[in-house]
Amino acid sequence: MPDVKRFSHGSRVPGWDEKVDLSKDPQEIPDPATTPVPAELRAEIEHHIAKYPDRRSAAIPALAAAQELHGWCSPEAFVQVACVMRLTPAYLIAVASFYDMLDTTPAGHKRVYVCTNISCSLRGGRKLLGELQDAVGDDPDVQVRGFECLGACDIAPMASINGIFVGPIESGEVAELAQQVRDGADPLPAKQLLKRPSADPHANSKAYETAGTDFATTEAEIDRPAPGGSPLPAEPSSFGTPMGHEDPEDTP
Amino acid sequence: MSTQQPLIFSEIDEPGLNTIDVYRRRGGYGERLRKALTMPPEALVEELKASGLRGRGGAGFSMGMKASFMPKGTMDKYLVCNADESEPGTFKDRELMQKIPHLLIEGMIIAAYAAGANRAFIFIRGEYVQQADILDAALVEAYDAGLLGENILGTSFGLSLAVHRGAGAYICGEETGLLDSLEGKRGNPRLKPPFPANQGLYQGPTLINNVETLATVPLIVEMGGAEYAKIGAEGSTGTKLISISGNVQRPGNYEIELGMSSRDIIYGLAGGPDEGREIKLWFPGGSSSPVLTADDLDLPYDFNTLAKAGSMLGSGAIIVVDDTNSVVDVCLWLAEFYRHESCGKCTPCREGTNWTVKMLERIQSGLATPMDLDIMASVQEQIIGNCLCVLGDAMAMPVGSMVAKFRDEFEAHIEAARAANELVPGDEPAPELALLQGAVA
Repeated sequence: MPDVKRFSHGSRVPGWDEKVDLSKDPQEIPDPATTPVPAELRAEIEHHIAKYPDRRSAAIPALAAAQELHGWCSPEAFVQVACVMRLTPAYLIAVASFYDMLDTTPAGHKRVYVCTNISCSLRGGRKLLGELQDAVGDDPDVQVRGFECLGACDIAPMASINGIFVGPIESGEVAELAQQVRDGADPLPAKQLLKRPSADPHANSKAYETAGTDFATTEAEIDRPAPGGSPLPAEPSSFGTPMGHEDPEDTP
Repeated sequence: MSTQQPLIFSEIDEPGLNTIDVYRRRGGYGERLRKALTMPPEALVEELKASGLRGRGGAGFSMGMKASFMPKGTMDKYLVCNADESEPGTFKDRELMQKIPHLLIEGMIIAAYAAGANRAFIFIRGEYVQQADILDAALVEAYDAGLLGENILGTSFGLSLAVHRGAGAYICGEETGLLDSLEGKRGNPRLKPPFPANQGLYQGPTLINNVETLATVPLIVEMGGAEYAKIGAEGSTGTKLISISGNVQRPGNYEIELGMSSRDIIYGLAGGPDEGREIKLWFPGGSSSPVLTADDLDLPYDFNTLAKAGSMLGSGAIIVVDDTNSVVDVCLWLAEFYRHESCGKCTPCREGTNWTVKMLERIQSGLATPMDLDIMASVQEQIIGNCLCVLGDAMAMPVGSMVAKFRDEFEAHIEAARAANELVPGDEPAPELALLQGAVA
């Protein structure tokens, strides 16, 4: 039975016995005049805000950007994001603590997620996690953690190295991978997911490799409109007038 | 084996297919898009209904019906593509978005037109960093070509589309949890009704569909709904991308015609388990589906047959477990996942997943009695149907089915593990064991 870790006051909840300070003001939106925000971070957050009708929607991308900059969602990061987004830091802390990819405690900025879900576990995912943690050792820049299904069960056992999916990882490759992670090098280039062809034998006829087929049309043969021109050739008459362009006199 | 050629995955590995040039050369953004945008939206919805296309994300609800629930009127309406593919065992949308992102974008243009939506979002899970980058690049190409933005193809229809990256939460694949997350909140599911078609994103009418569903829409417009409905089985039309993983020799994504025999899929396409091993159990539709055994391999793989067999097609993710694995381990791995991913909003799910894991840990470590199996089964019954969303059910159904179908193995494991814990004379008992023995005595 696993040990339940408890604080000295006997609870698993930190600070539960602390008294509420009723003299404290509710948390406020940080003052832009006194909160320095790096210009790049501000620009990125504002770019995200512009994508949505409601600025709060940008909370997750903005926190991800701040985490990228600070290494984790530090109190400073929360204040900076809150300042740009005109929200309280508390709101953002509540959001960040919900999501696995946002670290609210100090953690290495090189993120290695090893999938430990069913399909990977069936093929040695949990063993891989242990081996990789041992191989990386106590590097404060690197976090190696088990993660829920990463959606790459076809390359099980697999890991995500800063977003790059790699697998299947053999035991013999763990030391090499750990070194690449520490060095910030391209992880196991031959085993990266993006280079993997489809498993379905019916999907590809490889016709695109044969000259003289439809697929083998060369770049020069593509009928492409001139730059700045209409994106597509004139519309064929059989489809009628596009919506909104009907001649009002035609309608009965 | 069926002779149906792949529709979505046709020549999927063609180099450069993720760029608009190659996609257009293959007929993308061509006549079918023009045809769709010049049809009345109602006719388009009828066409989708006629195709019989059922949602590919897990629930299997008719796409045409869902689109027809969108209210008429001039309010802000939204289309959201659910690309938060987190169901364990599922990885079809990943390959689709990575290799042919423009098919999804074209499908979204058509679906948004049918639903009357002018704003659309692709909610992609944060772990798919590379796929989101590919989608972002594809969006820029589509905007530059005038296929997104105002007056698409010279019509009065306009659509703005953006990629929204999540940050790691299974529950955001649930449609209302996804909407909350997209609004910048914690991804807690909402009470339904109101359904998203009435009050969804920013309280506006919202159509939410899975990646594969939306990517099928352009193909339906091209073929015609009636023609598409001829593919597949009754009640389960069309082709389906299925993800096979676990103990099989050739794991991966395959496009099948619905109604194909499950044996042909697992043994024919994926090569079955390794030499000398047998299938112990398999999940037909992701880890949330009740398990089936080797006796069920001859079932046709379609929505209605699997539902009749007491399971579900779900997201089309087959996980094969062979006889070298203990069903107790598989059950515990599964329950741990749902405990971790429960958002905590509803008590039956939050507590039920937690207690199920604790009981399974006791079973695994030999601290349980056979009675615990009945208690665990009763916990599952109390989760099902008692929460806002089906995350708890998604654990309760497979755990319940495993205990029901492999009860002998669970009991044998309990006895064996308990015997292994028996004291060697002279040793101190482990504290937990002493507690348990004290309670039993």
